[in-house]
Amino acid sequence: MLQKVVRSTVIDAPIERVWAVLRDFNSHDQWHAVVDKSRIEGAAAPTQVGCVRSFTLKDGAFIREQLLTLDDREHRSTYCIVEATVPLQRYVATVTLKPVTDGRRTFWHWESTFATPPGQERELREMVARDVYEAGFENLRRHLRLGADLRVPGAAPMPTALPVPCRRVVVRSYGGPQALQAEAGEARPPGPGELRLRQRAAGVNFIDVYLRRGWIPAMLPLPGTPGVEGAGTVLDVGEGVTGFLPGDRVAWMGPEGGGYASVHTVSAERVVRLPAAVEDETAAALLLKGVTADYLLRDLGRVQPGARWLVHAAAGGVGLLLCAWARRLGARVVGTVSTEEKARLARAHGCEQVIVTPDYRFASTVRRHFGDGADVIVDGLGDAASAENFEALAPCGHWISLGQASGPLQPLDPNLLVSKSATFSRPVAFAYVATQDRLAERARRVWEALADGTLMVPPIERHALDAAARAHERLESRRTAGALVLVA
Amino acid sequence: MIRLYVSSVIDASADSVWARIRDFNGLPNWHPAIADSRIENQEPADRVGCVRHFHTRDGGMIRERLLALSDYDYACTYEILESPMGVENYVATLKLTPVTDGDRCFAEWSVEFDCAEGRERELSDLIGQGVFQGGFDALKRAFARR
Repeated sequence: MLQKVVRSTVIDAPIERVWAVLRDFNSHDQWHAVVDKSRIEGAAAPTQVGCVRSFTLKDGAFIREQLLTLDDREHRSTYCIVEATVPLQRYVATVTLKPVTDGRRTFWHWESTFATPPGQERELREMVARDVYEAGFENLRRHLRLGADLRVPGAAPMPTALPVPCRRVVVRSYGGPQALQAEAGEARPPGPGELRLRQRAAGVNFIDVYLRRGWIPAMLPLPGTPGVEGAGTVLDVGEGVTGFLPGDRVAWMGPEGGGYASVHTVSAERVVRLPAAVEDETAAALLLKGVTADYLLRDLGRVQPGARWLVHAAAGGVGLLLCAWARRLGARVVGTVSTEEKARLARAHGCEQVIVTPDYRFASTVRRHFGDGADVIVDGLGDAASAENFEALAPCGHWISLGQASGPLQPLDPNLLVSKSATFSRPVAFAYVATQDRLAERARRVWEALADGTLMVPPIERHALDAAARAHERLESRRTAGALVLVA
Repeated sequence: MIRLYVSSVIDASADSVWARIRDFNGLPNWHPAIADSRIENQEPADRVGCVRHFHTRDGGMIRERLLALSDYDYACTYEILESPMGVENYVATLKLTPVTDGDRCFAEWSVEFDCAEGRERELSDLIGQGVFQGGFDALKRAFARR
């Protein structure tokens, strides 16, 4: 009886790259671990239908196979065994690739039929399925990760050592928005564990303003390029990087900075792949802010149904996400904003009561609305609002200081907290995504919340990379709502 | 003649996805763009040749005839008899293939049709993105592992 084996998988690479390897009938010794040597008999090209390849396997076995079909349009190759030391009789196999259009991946189907000597059916089926096909899937994945298909057989390792010209924004002395100067530069090649990406969009965050002003010199040594998140396409990867291939759509966030650039080299630990549905600009606008909302709600604020949250800058990038997400998780949310227009936006994103206060007066309204105050305050206001914040806090409440738009907070007296048995936190988002797994997990929740409608994409204000100074002016003016990105 | 091809990977076995999409009268159960559906002349929905009569959420009425149905290949082919889209000779196939490594399947939706000159781009977006990718996105959400 004829045996049939079918195995299939999905390879995280565009079909052109997978097919470039598989259409070469003489390539197996470069990527398949069981094949020791491969050569085409006679003077035929490995793409000539009818040619015969001669394999020596690592275990000493010997196989000759003939190419019966090569179809570049259907991405299909059929071949048969003409002679072998393994007792596979009348063996005919077909490799078929199909594009996964949703995500630029490749579906790979490998099947064969053959006869065997009596009693060896099962053993040989398993050998073909596991040692040839399944191992082949893994081996080819590895081969592609190493970028090996991008070079001609036998050539030196892929050259990734060249810097790539780029546009970037540099701060040479701390100061106002004009300290941001766009210039031509070079993005260094990815070192071990790094990848280099062509950025389409870089997120603008308030922390960039603090860095530009010189408030945290350790995070932006001079001269330096600010920017802690971005999105784009992988150009090349350094040694030891797995899971990313040139052409992959990705986003990153990290405290090392350097994001205001058209090409950026970053540790692969900081990078996540993007679902097809998430645009580059959306990702650059929302990764850090979404991750921030995620850890605030889940880890730090431990949001519960009925919990009372006060969200400042409720129409800002983080504020809008927090309002919508907290409401979906059952919390009650009061927000503060500086204008009526922002109040409308915050309400549209789920904020149940919005306080319009250009001068940081809100405590009495919060206490009236919530009874004895807010259980959790997410504070981006800083010094000018600190007394009001403490007043607005409920007993055993948690005051989370996320930013200091009005100026650095004065040192807090621990005895002040005693009177309300309060908790004060000063978190940094990067600590909550210290490993790639944690970053990927939080990012996944953000993209899912966007996909299922829990979160709406906030308004995104776009500026050219060269107009970074203008973007900072806008952010500091308190006149923007939603998120800002620089487009490269 | 315009050809479109959209494919995706869904995190569930071909058997379970097929159970969801096999019903020729079942589009409203899984496709977010479809409001209602019935089979004309009280025929069973798996009788090849039957006609489904449905409305999209924006009110358009579409009639489609089942041309082929294969529980062996997890495939279904149908043609449009009547629609407001302005397409002719529209024959589409929806097909699943198991992915043997992992409990998931490869889904393909392809179509050939003719249309008036100048409308190719608009119809390609509407059908490829709106109908096909929109359907796959809904299936991916429905079968997403929590």
